[in-house]
Amino acid sequence: MPSQGSLEVSSDIISTVEFNHTGELLATGDKGGRVVIFQREPESKNAPHSQGEYDVYSTFQSHEPEFDYLKSLEIEEKINKIKWLPQQNAAHSLLSTNDKTIKLWKITERDKRPEGYNLKDEEGKLKDLSTVTSLQVPVLKPMDLMVEVSPRRIFANGHTYHINSISVNSDCETYMSADDLRINLWHLAITDRSFNIVDIKPANMEDLTEVITASEFHPHHCNLFVYSSSKGSLRLCDMRAAALCDKHSKLFEEPEDPSNRSFFSEIISSVSDVKFSHSGRYMLTRDYLTVKVWDLNMEARPIETYQVHDYLRSKLCSLYENDCIFDKFECAWNGSDSVIMTGAYNNFFRMFDRNTKRDVTLEASRESSKPRAVLKPRRVCVGGKRRRDDISVDSLDFTKKILHTAWHPAENIIAIAATNNLYIFQDKVNSEMH
Amino acid sequence: MLSKGLKRKREEEEEKESLAVDALWLDPGHAAVAQAPPAVASSSLFDLSVLKLHHSLQQSEPDLRHLVLVVNTLRRIQASMAPAAALPPVPSPPVAPSMANNLLASSDAALSASMASLLEDLSHIEGLSQAPQPLADEGPPGRSIGGAAPSLGALDLLGPASGCLLDDGLEGLFEDIDTSMYDNELWAPASEGLKPGPEDGPGKEEAPELDEAELDYLMDVLVGTQALERPPGPGR
Repeated sequence: MPSQGSLEVSSDIISTVEFNHTGELLATGDKGGRVVIFQREPESKNAPHSQGEYDVYSTFQSHEPEFDYLKSLEIEEKINKIKWLPQQNAAHSLLSTNDKTIKLWKITERDKRPEGYNLKDEEGKLKDLSTVTSLQVPVLKPMDLMVEVSPRRIFANGHTYHINSISVNSDCETYMSADDLRINLWHLAITDRSFNIVDIKPANMEDLTEVITASEFHPHHCNLFVYSSSKGSLRLCDMRAAALCDKHSKLFEEPEDPSNRSFFSEIISSVSDVKFSHSGRYMLTRDYLTVKVWDLNMEARPIETYQVHDYLRSKLCSLYENDCIFDKFECAWNGSDSVIMTGAYNNFFRMFDRNTKRDVTLEASRESSKPRAVLKPRRVCVGGKRRRDDISVDSLDFTKKILHTAWHPAENIIAIAATNNLYIFQDKVNSEMH
Repeated sequence: MLSKGLKRKREEEEEKESLAVDALWLDPGHAAVAQAPPAVASSSLFDLSVLKLHHSLQQSEPDLRHLVLVVNTLRRIQASMAPAAALPPVPSPPVAPSMANNLLASSDAALSASMASLLEDLSHIEGLSQAPQPLADEGPPGRSIGGAAPSLGALDLLGPASGCLLDDGLEGLFEDIDTSMYDNELWAPASEGLKPGPEDGPGKEEAPELDEAELDYLMDVLVGTQALERPPGPGR
């Protein structure tokens, strides 16, 4: 598909990517604890071809490495997740989290400054009062745009285990954070306490067989949320039912396919990401080999299953050996919930059109990110006939994994994180999938 | 990294298994992995899983998801191997999952043990490295290291295994312990801390070959480092 691509190279491995609710801003977090925010330039009449490109808007250090003295462990500064708050005034706010601590950041713009103080001079030094002979009213004069970022809240000490997800409630007042065994509910204004709403830690840790892998609030119903597990199940919980939501309202689980059983069945069924559709009617899950669409009204099985890279099914043993089988890929919906996207290996990412049932494999590479480059569909061949540009399974580069992807909430603009590189692709022609 | 798969018939594969045990999991296209439930896992898949478990437990803060998935996979493999002939070394199959269990049990125990008592416990273990260790699944998790500590009980075990140490009396037990291990490096994350002491057994050269005493020693050291944990935060 014809597209415009851009490439930003980061000094560190990108660990999360997230558009804000309008798509005007795109935030990335990296392994070094930094957050970089990109802003989409308004379309300009002077340069119609550079339609809405994303430029760096602000960069700040969100988290620093910490040392837990009690456990003698270093806490990584890597940003696991970023979530934007819906914008309520001129400022933008986002939550960023590492393994243990969530922070609320406020991003404001300053493009004016007051001038003409009576008691201070231009540099801010106090004037000699005897020189002040008349009073003036300070005026606001324009200045170069300055973006200021400040930490407004620090939500610490809520988690014993590693935080894997955060999700802002549609009520815009609360949010939840999930670690391997527990989920906490916080109020955005209160940092010294949180409410535990899910706890799957067994009384005896020897009985631990399952961990929480991802969680998200429903986009419209502020009482509903879902969390996924390492065993491939999804639990929809209703906060009105009980204070501790250990009993799910609905359990979504697909029975194991006996013909595909192997020792690795559980590992590949582990859900690495769960996302509600914009409509709130469906959920999208990613496990090692597939993406699945679930209807909230049907618990027995997903309504759609898409194979991401089924040619890896016969390679599971090797992928277990090199730990690739434990990679956690994310997934994303487009704005109209008609197309889903997820990353794969060799810097490939996949898109599935739910209506036409067509799918495409694309590559995030420097070639594809040149201006006016056309993203060429790629193909992985498993054996048999091989076309000229096909890649054979055995030459896939498993170190080039696209774990983090994001889709603009309304338009066909996608952000792809490939290790240190951030690719932003925009569909120039129209919003239809080709 | 992935070699071309070679599909073999099931009957052939069972005959060839004893010859090609190591090649099995290097050959990713192998039918045993691709097809419907293989009756018995190869011992190399088992060894690989034990090695993974070992690596996971060696992390200063293990990835719980990775750990749980490896343990569950190991249990599946173990279950499929149970009816088959016992694999050498016999004790290691039951040890590995219970080692993970013990870690999972003790990793969350809130210990009030001070550094001093922990170092003292470690010094006991140092002297007992060749002797069978009581595993920590007996008492409450919080006492997992403490279980080895009560002086007389632990020292009783010294007798049969390393009688020479007792020749110098109890004081002599601690004299030749290399205390450089108990300096700050012990508490450094990941790579540093968990090297067994000088008395360590012959298993060092063959990395995947973990004998029971080494596993026990590692278990106790890990239980000691894992057992310190901050109590849950506010609001709970």
